[in-house]
Amino acid sequence: MVSIRQTTYPDSLPDFRNLGVIARVLVAVNAVALGGALFAAPDLAQAIDRFAQVAALVEPLLLACLVALFVLSPLLARLPYWTGCAAVMALVLLVTVMLRAGVTAIVAEPPAELGRMLVLAALISAGLLGYLRLRARAYSPALAEARLQALQARIRPHFLFNSLNAVLALIRRDPKRAERSLEDLADLFRTLMSDARQFVRLEDEIALLERYAELEQLRLGERLRLTWELDAAPSDALLPPLVLQPLLENAVYHGVEPGTGAGEVLVRIERRGDRVLARIENPYVEEQQHRAGNRMALENIGERLALFFDAEARIDTRISDGRYRVEIEIPYRVASR
Amino acid sequence: MSAVRIFIADDEAPARERLKELLEDIAGELPTEVVGEARHGLEAVERVPASGAQVLLLDIEMPGMGGLEVARHLAALEQPPRVVFVTAHDRHAVEAFELNALDYLLKPVRAQRLAAALRKAAAAAAPGREQLARAAIAAREYLSIVERHRILLVPVRDIVFLRAEQKYVTVRTRSREHLIEEPLVMLEHEFAGQFVRIHRNCLVARAAIRGFERAAEGPPDEPHWLVVLDGIVERLPVSRRQWPVLRELVADKP
Repeated sequence: MVSIRQTTYPDSLPDFRNLGVIARVLVAVNAVALGGALFAAPDLAQAIDRFAQVAALVEPLLLACLVALFVLSPLLARLPYWTGCAAVMALVLLVTVMLRAGVTAIVAEPPAELGRMLVLAALISAGLLGYLRLRARAYSPALAEARLQALQARIRPHFLFNSLNAVLALIRRDPKRAERSLEDLADLFRTLMSDARQFVRLEDEIALLERYAELEQLRLGERLRLTWELDAAPSDALLPPLVLQPLLENAVYHGVEPGTGAGEVLVRIERRGDRVLARIENPYVEEQQHRAGNRMALENIGERLALFFDAEARIDTRISDGRYRVEIEIPYRVASR
Repeated sequence: MSAVRIFIADDEAPARERLKELLEDIAGELPTEVVGEARHGLEAVERVPASGAQVLLLDIEMPGMGGLEVARHLAALEQPPRVVFVTAHDRHAVEAFELNALDYLLKPVRAQRLAAALRKAAAAAAPGREQLARAAIAAREYLSIVERHRILLVPVRDIVFLRAEQKYVTVRTRSREHLIEEPLVMLEHEFAGQFVRIHRNCLVARAAIRGFERAAEGPPDEPHWLVVLDGIVERLPVSRRQWPVLRELVADKP
């Protein structure tokens, strides 16, 4: 069978371990409960009272459902989308029945009629699944892909032409090194033009950083002093492609090139528990107008991290002691086999 | 035919090497001699005047001082070198093209283009200061005073005030005074962001204004306010016409 490159993207269940998804569910369910209380009660004071009563039942149920979904998330993710949805609904209803039975056993008086609870739980779950599906579509890979490709295409032509120029200068004096540099350049561009939707392993991204650094070193020589602190870097961690390379490129472009002396750039990547931290530092040089545009690159990376990790990634910049620091934090994830 | 004396300014060592290789390659049809090199803009301004260079191969993107500003300072020399700009950027190439009498080269440079540019440059006159000023995208970071075989650079951020006196403009920093030959109007236009006019003949650095004090009563048509500047004792008169503008400036200051 001939495989055709897929142009449509199948729906998939939300990642119930993702902080963003959990937060959205919490907010939505509470909003519905509050709305219902407001609708049912004659005035505001009673509505708040009513909400407090409802919350006493809704919050434990909500948390129990979220915990169950959190635990079973990897199993659910393997199911086809609609089967998965049915499984999620079944799980929610099961938790509801069990919780009600538990509460009835303790206080001896059922908190609400079972049928009503089940219908409400089913409606809210279905509503939320629908919302999360729409949201995933709004950020759907098809749309996101176009954006990612556009973002990725932004390697500076300045870098390409200066690198080619440097390689040309090497060809006669040091043909071996010229060969290596062209290979580095080829690898770099292969990655730049590759599929941006797939996660890459950190070790591959680091290899790319090293190739890139090699090319910059060729051009800038002594002026670029690089320090690598990668001993604690988890080589199997997954991250979106080309997140670190643009940061290193920025560090060189804004921190080393505008200076007449040597500039020190630090690259440190480490794992702390279930988080991966990457930090890139460069000397802070006050920018002339034409060197602006750093913000744009940072925003791009922020957007891409959000596309891949939702609320669980962060990117910060800081200027202190004449150093410019960019820090990225992402959840530590590895490929499942 | 005697060799053309060439000066190369580029911050990347491989780029300078490449240009020298190409100059050797075309030596048969166009003999040249490299009389100096610079690794950044400030070094170029320092070394070119005494080098006796006829043509300057000038990278536009350089640390310290960009190629366009380097060319503007060198243009004040008695015998300024011809300039061929070299750039990896298209954007700058377009700007350099505004200096229509000049040629520019795109990196990576080709031997034939280099030869053509050098021949053209050797035949043309050096670019004029006005022409270079028109092509500039940003205000200069330095003003320059030309001495015999030297160019003295005064950082614009060190300047407290600029005052026109007859033919010259006095450039006053906290520690020194220099004379330059540039019209005050042009300076006002170029440095509008950093300087403000306080009088028909005087611009002061906005950042240096400490405050104003009332002048001792003079004749009725004399100015009534003096500006107090950071780091210098001298008080400068504010014209009545400029006073409203300045008063607002001070009111805006925290």
